[in-house]
Amino acid sequence: MRPVRFNIHPKEAEIADAISMAPAPDGIGGDGFFATQLSSVVGLARKNSLWPLPFATSCCGIEFMATMASHYDLSRFGSERVGFSPRQCDLLMVMGTIAKKMAPVLRQVYLQMAEPRWVIAVGACASSGGIFDTYSVLQGIDQVIPVDVYVPGCPPRPEAIIDGFMKIQDLVGQESIRRRNSDQYKDLLNSYGIQ
Amino acid sequence: MALNNEIIQSQLEAKFAEQVTSFSTDSGILSFESPASLNLKVIQFLYDELGFTFLTDLCGVNYPENEGGELVVVYHLHNFVENIRCRYSVAVPVQQPDVFTATKIFEAANWMERETYDFFGINFVGHPNLKRILNVDEMDYFPMRKEFPLEDQTRIDKDDEMFGRG
Repeated sequence: MRPVRFNIHPKEAEIADAISMAPAPDGIGGDGFFATQLSSVVGLARKNSLWPLPFATSCCGIEFMATMASHYDLSRFGSERVGFSPRQCDLLMVMGTIAKKMAPVLRQVYLQMAEPRWVIAVGACASSGGIFDTYSVLQGIDQVIPVDVYVPGCPPRPEAIIDGFMKIQDLVGQESIRRRNSDQYKDLLNSYGIQ
Repeated sequence: MALNNEIIQSQLEAKFAEQVTSFSTDSGILSFESPASLNLKVIQFLYDELGFTFLTDLCGVNYPENEGGELVVVYHLHNFVENIRCRYSVAVPVQQPDVFTATKIFEAANWMERETYDFFGINFVGHPNLKRILNVDEMDYFPMRKEFPLEDQTRIDKDDEMFGRG
């Protein structure tokens, strides 16, 4: 008997198992055509190709590293490439305690990102200052930049980060392509002193 | 003859008489105090005559109940040759916390005094660059003074029970 046993009943590779297809948006289809809203197509494209910019300052960043790695594999959600230039990225992921001295840096990174841009605050510190109820720590990054999704936890598990990421995907997929020009959005940015 | 705490104390008493007070020994380290105006003379004497050529640490302390000496500056000095340490402190009133800078004697005092200024607001007279070193420049108070509570009291969305404010 051979010391190593091989699988003598290999499973036939099924291409459909290996590729996950995003569901098509609502629309009218027929032979060789499909009509839908432009915003649905843009949203579909955006939500499945988000480029995250990790801004990791502490233990939540370690959880994010696990999220990026093979076991949890954030790239399943279309964010295969983690960018490290704010100018290329769509999603700012702030993970960890932001000291008041770091706040202008974070704000500058946000300002360097091109529209459309989204922000996710991962963990208690980024969301509210967490346990660091003290003079040197920013009490939540929403004091300096607008935040789309907050992920609770200290630190949150990778599943929670993925859940927050999927919430971002929902927001991105449903966003109107005119939202960034709306008065409401401009008021939001103006409330942070961003033109 | 090896240097010890008794010799340090007797030399200081011989030089400064009643000006250097409150001698005590804690964990084998001699501690003493003097009026703030004498601090450079005492440090220079310790440096020149007793061989304390290394400034281990310089820090501030706040005793709000100690009227007229609310803020204290502590110098930790080390004599490498004899391997003996001492702890020297001066107290100043919080209304006018002026202490002469030790940067002329110890270069290391530069950043330590900036840190002590940053957290306690002690004004080191003659310091070459007395500005904040750790906190944000816009900070308008001295956070380690006990009159400022640890928590940001403006927050209302945190659970007070969890932060000892319940």
